[in-house]
Amino acid sequence: MFNLRDKGAEIWESQGRVGRVAIAVGAIAIVAALPFMGGTFLNTPVADYESVLVYPIAMFVLMAIGLNIVIGKSGLLDLGYVAFFAIGAYTMGLLGTKTELNTWEILPIGIAMAMFSGIILGVPALKLRGDYLAIITLGFGEIVRIVALNLGALGRSEGIQGIPTPPGIFGIEYAFDSHRIYYWTLLILILLAIWMVRRLSARRAGRAWESIRQDEDAAELLGVPTFKYKVWAFVLGASVGGAAGVIYASKTLFIAPDNFTLQISILILACVVFGGMGNIWGVILGAVILGYLPDRIRFLSDARLLVFGLVLVLMMNLRPDGILPRKKREKAIVKKDAS
Amino acid sequence: MIGNFLDQFWSLTFGGLSLGFIYILIALGYTMVYGVLRMINFANSEIFMVGTFATIIIIKDVFQFTQTSEYATGFRLWLILGTALISSMLVSGILSMLVEMVAYRRLRRMNSGVLAPLISAIGVSMVLSESVRILTDSRPVASPRAMEKKFLGQFFDAGIRIDNTIIVISALVLFGILITFVNKTRMGKAIRAVSMNPNAARLMGINIDGVISATFLVGGLMTGAAGFFYTLKYENTSAFIGFELGIAAFTAAILGGIGNIKGAFYGGLALGLLETYASFFLGTQWKAVTVFVVLVLVLYTRPNGLFGEALTQTRA
Repeated sequence: MFNLRDKGAEIWESQGRVGRVAIAVGAIAIVAALPFMGGTFLNTPVADYESVLVYPIAMFVLMAIGLNIVIGKSGLLDLGYVAFFAIGAYTMGLLGTKTELNTWEILPIGIAMAMFSGIILGVPALKLRGDYLAIITLGFGEIVRIVALNLGALGRSEGIQGIPTPPGIFGIEYAFDSHRIYYWTLLILILLAIWMVRRLSARRAGRAWESIRQDEDAAELLGVPTFKYKVWAFVLGASVGGAAGVIYASKTLFIAPDNFTLQISILILACVVFGGMGNIWGVILGAVILGYLPDRIRFLSDARLLVFGLVLVLMMNLRPDGILPRKKREKAIVKKDAS
Repeated sequence: MIGNFLDQFWSLTFGGLSLGFIYILIALGYTMVYGVLRMINFANSEIFMVGTFATIIIIKDVFQFTQTSEYATGFRLWLILGTALISSMLVSGILSMLVEMVAYRRLRRMNSGVLAPLISAIGVSMVLSESVRILTDSRPVASPRAMEKKFLGQFFDAGIRIDNTIIVISALVLFGILITFVNKTRMGKAIRAVSMNPNAARLMGINIDGVISATFLVGGLMTGAAGFFYTLKYENTSAFIGFELGIAAFTAAILGGIGNIKGAFYGGLALGLLETYASFFLGTQWKAVTVFVVLVLVLYTRPNGLFGEALTQTRA
């Protein structure tokens, strides 16, 4: 079968340094220019095109990159990823309304909170494997939402209102409806996350995750401290989710437990699997498509989630490895293992 | 608080028992499929939801009950309940088989790992719940009451309500039939063989596709029965009901050790009672948290669930 991923890798590897920089700059420029293409066929019929670019698309991409560290790289099935998104958002909501701190000061705190909760969840849960891990993480996601729904300090079902927008930096002002600015901010975060994941994948951590994904017992026997690296994967994934949550809260200015349901976890998981687990470009493509599609087909209005479900079923049956699967070399090992 | 609890202990227990039996039946849907495929049947919760609607359609449209009709009595009552039970079981069972064909079969033949079928099952469950949501205009649907909910007797000050009694007795009967089916019949033997070792089962000439279809059918039948009992007990449903009950029943299956039929039984009972007691002490809004905390503790101390050992032994 035609493998777009290998084709892309071939082109990339055949280029010299200049060519690679040119491709990267060109790609970033095209992506950064997306908000100006509202008038074209890309336009979403009902929702404002630029706001769709921010949420869901850019937000999904960021979270899918984070979840990909957990699921795609290390093979840990996490069904409660929305918890970290919620923790980031509620950190922003609480500190933003109750204290003088601004978004940029809260961002590291939110990330730290998400990472901390990643440790709290990860240390007991990561002793379990497979489906049990899935159900524990799912439970964690629900617990976070239920706590937010029932604790007076977190505003119960009304949530937190009047969250401040980020203060301007370098003379760029963040207004509530300046979607472009948020989009570019998220783009920077996405690039940072991509950079982080790519650097880590090429190093010890990446190799440890890869070995855990393929055969945890063998990795353990060969001296890989599997538990430590599993917790690391969890915590790094959580940090990305927390960052997304902080930006989300200061963009929407209002958060409520209803924004953090299990459906979000499932959707992000769908992005990862749909695009091609383990391959960061595939995951990004998956998140773009799954974030964009429901709004693009809004002319179907009521039936759009139904069509969305059909697309999921159809796609998984036609390309079970996702649109841009991981490298053949890595896949071959898995196949051999399965037979 | 404690005094109140003791006063209400038996009525809470009866409510918890009937809820527990509903969980058992849904959990069987998860656990049967997990036993043969080692996969979470994500669409099972929506199969349950469709089952509740099948019951309401029978009561409302076939037997023409409205909110103001008089209660049915005698033979007509049993006819109505029987028809509703059997039709929701059949509807859910057949739907469950269809789900397997659409979401799992092709992927299983491609040997595609665990996640792709999970996503495709998520897709199917979205299609199911969204279709029902559109058909019902996102509104909850109330079921007319066909049966007078009288008390059969007293037990330590707690009234034994007829619907709870029906649920417990019929669920026990269904569970007994299921156990006999799995342990005594040829098909049940085939199901156990596939769940122990699919490759060896295929070499022995067992038709794997047929066995898996049958497993989904049986799981669907049980889940459909749960749909009927749920409607009988709570008298309303909506397109969104599957999710909450599905998660709870899945927790029950895990609690007992997923893949293990007896585990589903004890897990469902434990969860039903626990949820009822917990909502008495902490308020209903915290019941899900209690359930998950207990689940975490159980998995932490006994990672295969309370009764999961038999499964892991056969699996290796």
